[in-house]
Amino acid sequence: MNANLVKRTLAAVVATGALAFGMGAAQAEDVKAGFVYVGPIGDHGWSYRHDIGRQAIEAALGDKVTTSYVESVPEGADAERVIRQLAQTGHNLIFTTSFGFMNPTLKVAKQFPNVKFEHATGFKRDANVSTYAARFYEGRYVAGVIAGKMTKSNIVGYVGSFPIPEVVRGINSFMLGAWSVNPDVKVKIVWANTWYDPGKEGDAAKALIDQGADIMVQHTDSPAPLQVAENRGIVGFGQASDMIKFAPKAQLTAIVDHWDEYYVSRAKAVLDGTWESTDTWGGIASGMVDLAPYTNMPDDVKALAEETEAKIASGELHPFAGPIYDQAGELRIKEGEDAPDGMLLGMDWYIKGIDAELPK
Amino acid sequence: MIRLEPRRQHSQAMVYLSPVLAILMTLFVGGIIFSFMGKNPFDALYTFFILPISNSYGISELFVKATPLVIIAVGLSMGFRANVWNIGAEGQLTMGAIFGGGLALYFHDSESMFLLPAMFVFGAIGGAFWGAIPALLRTKFNANEILTSLMLTYVATLFLSYLVHGPWRNPEGFNFPESRPFPDAGLLPIIYDGTRVHLGTAFAVFVVIAGWILLSKSVIGFQLRVVGKAPQAARHVGFRQKRMVWFTLLLGGGLAGLAGLFEVAGPIGQLQSQISPGYGFTAIIVAFLGRLHPLGILFGGLIMALTYLGGELAQITLGLPNAVTGLFQGILLFFLLACDVLTKYRVRFGTPVAKGEAI
Repeated sequence: MNANLVKRTLAAVVATGALAFGMGAAQAEDVKAGFVYVGPIGDHGWSYRHDIGRQAIEAALGDKVTTSYVESVPEGADAERVIRQLAQTGHNLIFTTSFGFMNPTLKVAKQFPNVKFEHATGFKRDANVSTYAARFYEGRYVAGVIAGKMTKSNIVGYVGSFPIPEVVRGINSFMLGAWSVNPDVKVKIVWANTWYDPGKEGDAAKALIDQGADIMVQHTDSPAPLQVAENRGIVGFGQASDMIKFAPKAQLTAIVDHWDEYYVSRAKAVLDGTWESTDTWGGIASGMVDLAPYTNMPDDVKALAEETEAKIASGELHPFAGPIYDQAGELRIKEGEDAPDGMLLGMDWYIKGIDAELPK
Repeated sequence: MIRLEPRRQHSQAMVYLSPVLAILMTLFVGGIIFSFMGKNPFDALYTFFILPISNSYGISELFVKATPLVIIAVGLSMGFRANVWNIGAEGQLTMGAIFGGGLALYFHDSESMFLLPAMFVFGAIGGAFWGAIPALLRTKFNANEILTSLMLTYVATLFLSYLVHGPWRNPEGFNFPESRPFPDAGLLPIIYDGTRVHLGTAFAVFVVIAGWILLSKSVIGFQLRVVGKAPQAARHVGFRQKRMVWFTLLLGGGLAGLAGLFEVAGPIGQLQSQISPGYGFTAIIVAFLGRLHPLGILFGGLIMALTYLGGELAQITLGLPNAVTGLFQGILLFFLLACDVLTKYRVRFGTPVAKGEAI
């Protein structure tokens, strides 16, 4: 846990304490929050970070809240039953933390209008279903800048999960960052077709290194690609959580998910009776996306990374600032404009210069 | 030295009692594990095995979960009886979902009442087609069907992944890897309001009864049993081994294909890259848990489904990790196999007795 997180969590605890004190006995119902995870909480990536968020709720709201979770829930017929079981066992706030839980979440939400649902990374909402996601592409832009400076072979290896907009957007943003400091960088992409499978992810990483990559980027959840990078003596970036433990010599930084504050605020909203269906997409500025400490790089690169991060946070720099062309040479974002959120959410095209074909 | 010596005559009662014994011992050991984890073992066992079915919705979910397991396991058991080891039901399930689901996607505007029956046929054909490949390889080239059927599973799941990422992707789905939702005419009717119990569940019961009749009353059922128990004798009386291979792989594949179609046309309602959490593999355990007998398989499927449901509730109410589910299934299989071994063999201590000294 980094110092930033400790500070934020403490702040949340203090704020909640003050709030609870001020409100006295007026509060309506206690929160019973349930979480549905697509992977094991021990994945050290995506599900692990959501579980840290769950623990933050417990830490922040103390005895006003109880939480429970179900891990490794397949994105198939089982999800609906699990979500329903949570709703039936008195949970009044349910977080479903994978895209594939979207339709089951909405289905169960219709049958339990008094239960609040929070679905991560989806695009369908309802009166009692909110959506939330983080602008990870902002972190990927910073990673791209670092990679552009650090690479010697000018080849970056990228382990992708599925060619969905979230991941395609990340690749584009990463390359825009890299080209902003080094126009010669090339990217090689392998699709692992899984979110979590250390074996497959590691094999993909090995194949990329054999093709000359000296920077490893991943959009899958286990530390395996970074561990391969460590063993083979190259550097790379952690995914979802700070993976420095797994790759003390290889991790440059990691794009860290911070659900803590959002989760605590949503649980508090249920406590206060102020919960509303919303759509949240937070970036570096909101704290939802964080970069792990910059390590294993020279001071000037570190300074540049910090500067880029600060510029994105302040809004001075938008990763998708025009002009941006797609692979066919068509102008997608005009000079002087930033990509609108709608375009980012449905992004299914590579930017010009990426020498790969999107799996269709 | 410890040896296993075959029993001359093993108790017929024990053959059927051993699953019961295995379940009781699993409960016992499970209770011990729970108490080591700091939980009251009775509470934990209650949560795991009783709570999931303590209300009508829970019971309905048990049926939904057991449906594909039972359908596939009945099909597989026919092959296992004849020593045809179809390990690739997961792939056959996937192909059934692709064939039947593909039809629903092609006619996604259809309101025809014939769509669903046509999907059944296509689903069964898809699964049977995927079972026919190992059958052909076995009968023509004597290739081991354990390997070929298993490897074809990966081909099928990758093919499905290709389809939902590419040609069959929902045009309104933001590029996410899933197909359009099936039209209402392509969805299984719910047979009990307010639950997810669908037509496939009724079909599972039908499969159990039909399997039972096939096995006990038909000539081919008799042949299956003889080929499995006494291949030499079967050859002498002219039962053709090849025909058994074809029959069991087509039947097993077809049923697995139907099970896959029921999943996508039932609880899921569309094609997506993941449609089964390994039903095709779990069904192998179910088949043996049920002694390769359709009625036993019905119970085996329900028990296996219960371990999944219980595992979810154990996580929700007791905060136990998901691994407990796998642990229970593993212990159950271990005791089942152990009981079987001890039914057929006796444990002897000491060095083997020379032949001449035998009484």
